[in-house]
Amino acid sequence: MKVPTMAEMVAEGKTPEVLFWVGCAGSYDDRAKKITKAFVKLLNKANVDFAVLGTEESCTGDPAKRAGNEFLFQMQAMTNIEVLNSYEVKKIVTACPHCFNTLKNEYPDLGGNYQVLHHTEFLKTLLDEGRLTVEGGSFKGQRITFHDPCYLGRANDIYEAPRDLLRKLEVELIEMKRCKSEGLCCGAGGAQMFKDSEKGDKEIFVERTEDAMEVNPSIIATGCPFCNTMITDGVKNKEKEGEIKVLDIAEIIASAEDL
Amino acid sequence: MHFIPNILFAILLVVGVGFFVKNVKKIIRNIKLGKDLDRSDNSSERWKNMINIALGQSKMVRRPVSGILHIIVYAGFIIINIEVIEIIIDGLLGTHRVFAFAGGLYDFLIGSFEILAFLVLISVVIFWIRRMILKIPRFWNKEMTSWPKNDALNILYFEMVLMSLFLIMNAADFNLQQLGADHYIEAGSFPISKYIAGWLPQSEGALIFIERSAWWIHVIGIFIFLNYLYYSKHLHILLAFPNTYYANLKPKGELDNLQSVTNEVKMMLDPNADPFAAPAETDNDAEPEKFGASDATDLTWVQLMNAYTCTECGRCTSVCPANQTGKELSPRAIMMKTRDRIEEIGRNIDKNGSFIEDNKTLLDTISNEEIWACTSCNACVDACPVNIDPLSIIIDLRRYLVMEKSDAPQELNMTMTNIENNGAPWQYNQMDRLNWKDE
Ligand code: SF4
Ligand code: SF4
Repeated sequence: MKVPTMAEMVAEGKTPEVLFWVGCAGSYDDRAKKITKAFVKLLNKANVDFAVLGTEESCTGDPAKRAGNEFLFQMQAMTNIEVLNSYEVKKIVTACPHCFNTLKNEYPDLGGNYQVLHHTEFLKTLLDEGRLTVEGGSFKGQRITFHDPCYLGRANDIYEAPRDLLRKLEVELIEMKRCKSEGLCCGAGGAQMFKDSEKGDKEIFVERTEDAMEVNPSIIATGCPFCNTMITDGVKNKEKEGEIKVLDIAEIIASAEDL
Repeated sequence: MHFIPNILFAILLVVGVGFFVKNVKKIIRNIKLGKDLDRSDNSSERWKNMINIALGQSKMVRRPVSGILHIIVYAGFIIINIEVIEIIIDGLLGTHRVFAFAGGLYDFLIGSFEILAFLVLISVVIFWIRRMILKIPRFWNKEMTSWPKNDALNILYFEMVLMSLFLIMNAADFNLQQLGADHYIEAGSFPISKYIAGWLPQSEGALIFIERSAWWIHVIGIFIFLNYLYYSKHLHILLAFPNTYYANLKPKGELDNLQSVTNEVKMMLDPNADPFAAPAETDNDAEPEKFGASDATDLTWVQLMNAYTCTECGRCTSVCPANQTGKELSPRAIMMKTRDRIEEIGRNIDKNGSFIEDNKTLLDTISNEEIWACTSCNACVDACPVNIDPLSIIIDLRRYLVMEKSDAPQELNMTMTNIENNGAPWQYNQMDRLNWKDE
């Protein structure tokens, strides 16, 4: 696995095509790290000239902003922008819809102007340009349902890129009753990931997992490390770990390619 | 003696419209108590939204049953109001069916109004059944008790009565025309009311009495309804238009960056900044700006207009993940409480000339438990048929709690400390950020 850092690239006098923004979950969370690695394998396979910031990357500030701490958010944003601009970054890809939304929509105003792509969008262009080819392999014909991350879907109106990728794998793509702009949240957004939920009669991730279970999938596909955690918990809660897998689209493609 | 009805009508018209205008002015004043926000950009896209969403009801039909019924009531309401023009002229001049000279066209119009009125009546009855018999859950959340519940029913009853009066008036008129009564010239067609006509007494005197009573109660009803708007969720029939025009056009995921914070953060991060230099544009007497919102007047005018526009339909609450899983939070209640508070501030100003501190805030009615239950998923924003944004208010309240009161849930304080110290919401060393590569 080749994972060059921006600093190394610059030392060699090179500018990568794209910066891979790994994000906090992708860097530290054991489950999300697998998604990160699957995505890197795909980047390597397609010979994408990319780099990461490594230890120079810091939280985008999304959870702070959504928790109401605008100071902390802007401190994070401005520090990150300084790093990104010093490397003259033009294009960023990330596997986290929260980082994606923040970098794309909230950084420009503070001096950070980049072309920002979600990894499913980026993978789709790789496929469209013929830089990466996929075959369904073991996934062909499997019943897969896609859970729309709020920050990719409603927040940024991206519904088709992840679905197009699944179609390329010739899976049987089935939609939940609530999908796309009507998709139910997994319960993690708005900094909920980092706190217990308020008093209620149910956990949101259970409610959402039930939506998915209704359509009898063998895999619930996600495009967000936080959704992945929540839905995985939901499946465990229902004691269905044996029958239903929760996988990121990048993991599905990477494992279809035996990477 | 002869002119008394005309004079009475003129007085009614002036008083009815006068009160209405006075209240509209109040609403505009209250909305302007909100903070400035520039929404003068992209007028062509804004017009398009207004035409699609408010005029074209495009978001209503996402729920087809209530959407289509609503379109009938809405179209009926607008079209039947053409008839109100005739009613006003007849009332002032003492004429009867002054537009009758239009002949065939007039017959066609009156006929269509009758059919519409009948459809509206049926739709309104179905609305009532959905609310009161089927008890659709979004009409029965806990914020829908007392006034909000009665308000919704009042509107339905009003419409039922107005539409029935319109049809009864026409039925009596139809009979009088058949009898060849004086003054009741033969005009109009009565596809619906001719069936009612048979049930009415057939004496001329009684018919005139019924026709006149229905006419008067109908016009008085219209004026009452007009003035009822101010107190009611029915205000949306007017405010839906500006509200969709001025709605947010940016991606829903984008939260605004607080400019006041930007200035301070820049100062903190810039090693060359002179810490003693007076900030350029703030004058020294001005109170330091409050971060976020604790009261209705800390919100922007668009957020306040949102509150006045809310139809209390509950579509937002019915799709809210927090509400669906039994949490306190209801985005509709956020809008209703905001409206109640800005109204209260408005009444305070009416009474005292200018606002006198009442030691109340919006946070008296919106609890922390509600505020912290939101996942910022934007489902409420997406579902709202008139483009209201409850999430923006929730975020502004959080900003106040965190930046002014340091009043966040304990776990979130830890998360924020982690972000501050090691650049991640968890307690990991920033230097380990690339360790995944070799694991
Ligand atoms: S954004 Fe918040 S209030 Fe709106 S639907 Fe989602 S959780 Fe509920
Ligand atoms: S905010 Fe919108 S969706 Fe919610 S109750 Fe009001 S009008 Fe209905």
